[in-house]
Amino acid sequence: MLVVDKLSVSYDEAPALRDVSLEVTQGELVAIIGANGAGKSTLLKAIAGLLHPDAGSIRFDGQELAGRPPYEIVGMGLALTPEGRRLFSRMSVYENLLVGATPNRDQEARQALMKEVFDLFPRLKERQKQKAGTLSGGEQQMLAIGRSLMSQPRLLMLDEPSLGLMPLLVDQILETLQRLNQERGMTILLVEQNVREALEIAHRGYVLQSGRIVAADDANTLLHSDLVRRAYLGI
Amino acid sequence: MTDLMQVLASGVLMGLVYALISLGLTLIWGVVEIVNFAHGDFLMLAMYLAFTIYAAFHLDPLISLPLVVIALAIFGVIIHKFVIRPVLKAPMLAQIFVTFGLMIFLRGMAQFIWGPDYKAIPDPLVSGSVQIGGVYLSLPQMVAGVGSVLGAAIIAWIVYRTELGRGLRAVAEDREAASLMGISPEKMYIATWALGAGSLGIAGALLVNFFYVFPEVGGVFGLLAFVTVALGGFGSVAGAFIAGIIIGLVQMSAGFFIDPAIKDIPVYLIYLLVVVLRPQGLLGEF
Ligand SMILES: Nc1ncnc2c1ncn2[C@@H]1O[C@H](COP(=O)(O)OP(=O)(O)O)[C@@H](O)[C@H]1O
Ligand SMILES: [Mg+2]
Repeated sequence: MLVVDKLSVSYDEAPALRDVSLEVTQGELVAIIGANGAGKSTLLKAIAGLLHPDAGSIRFDGQELAGRPPYEIVGMGLALTPEGRRLFSRMSVYENLLVGATPNRDQEARQALMKEVFDLFPRLKERQKQKAGTLSGGEQQMLAIGRSLMSQPRLLMLDEPSLGLMPLLVDQILETLQRLNQERGMTILLVEQNVREALEIAHRGYVLQSGRIVAADDANTLLHSDLVRRAYLGI
Repeated sequence: MTDLMQVLASGVLMGLVYALISLGLTLIWGVVEIVNFAHGDFLMLAMYLAFTIYAAFHLDPLISLPLVVIALAIFGVIIHKFVIRPVLKAPMLAQIFVTFGLMIFLRGMAQFIWGPDYKAIPDPLVSGSVQIGGVYLSLPQMVAGVGSVLGAAIIAWIVYRTELGRGLRAVAEDREAASLMGISPEKMYIATWALGAGSLGIAGALLVNFFYVFPEVGGVFGLLAFVTVALGGFGSVAGAFIAGIIIGLVQMSAGFFIDPAIKDIPVYLIYLLVVVLRPQGLLGEF
């Protein structure tokens, strides 16, 4: 479904990603793990169209994404829930969800999607009139995910959805992602710093270090590999 | 007492016009992140356009108003495409030079086309005044006040109640996040310039009924719009509205109770106080 091939991205000459290749097939939940500054956000941003690659290709269902603007890419069915949530804090929960539905013009479809999001996150339904900026951290992350779902993505990318959340909420959010994947067949590409939790719900994983993929394997194998145990789990 | 009522009434009426004028400025700042120093000069063009349509076809400004609005909206979009867009990613100073240059250019152009002298509509459709409880209200000013409220209401409705408005607010708050949601920032910029300049079409056609038009008239209103926006809070629609009325009231009171020649001084004093004491204005952003 998504094929990234030898992707290189840099910020003003400073390379951030070098020859990164990865693949996500339909129905998978794939995790990308790596330390701070490894290039995880850069990778997701490049796929979403926020950054222009220097070299390499990004294909989604056979179509080249490199060079397309983000607002086109989300319309093709590839959504990114960005790091730090980036909600429209001065808008209500309801309005945030409607903004998320921008690629989807059909009003009935929107209402149906909204209902699905409310089923998944009942808290959002209760707070739909509230300004997004007044929500708690966990609720904000639910809204960020719900907002992305409103574009009806076929592949959902999430950049550190558990950032800044209490451990209990981290588990809740990751469980929700697992449910989305298992029960609704949503294909997910997840960037996480909670390495153990992420690899526990993922099918496969990639390890990113200083802009390069240094390991790629089944999530379970990765979880028990020396590399991951030493570098990320401190065992 | 009637003096006070008189001053309050005309202050509010003018304030409503200032509010409408400053809405465009605040919108353009909020969405496109450009400080348009030529904002008042867009208004000047609208006034001249209404005046010229009157002079050529004897069509009253109140009737040609929709035409003026459309012309200004198109003008705003053209300015965006050819003048603003090239400097969108340039440093702030370059952007300031560009809109400042635009201001000077538009004034020079007006001088060239219409000459330096003051022009007015000699026999507007609506003229004279009515007396309500001892207070005389100029009819053209009343029409301008009511028209400005309607204009501002339409803009507020678009901004807060439509899909387009949601897109505008999304881009204003976080351009990158908005584009991840499927919103093209460029489309929102175009819509903002159309709205911002179009609203000046309304204001210009209403103002020219009782205000002289001359090449520098934009300076007067542009400055007032800046003060209004600063007072209301850059980017705030509601703030611009409240601030417009305050400015109108202050200006009229100073003109009446002190001296018409210094009516703008307290206005600028307010501006200085706001900049020093509450730089974010009365209400934050929209
Ligand atoms: N906007 C930027 N400008 C310049 N360098 C950046 C920018 N964003 C990230 N970087 C650099 O690129 C590298 C990768 O960053 P990032 O993708 O954010 O890492 P991660 O998400 O894995 O923490 C880091 O060295 C970081 O300093
Ligand atoms: Mg990151």
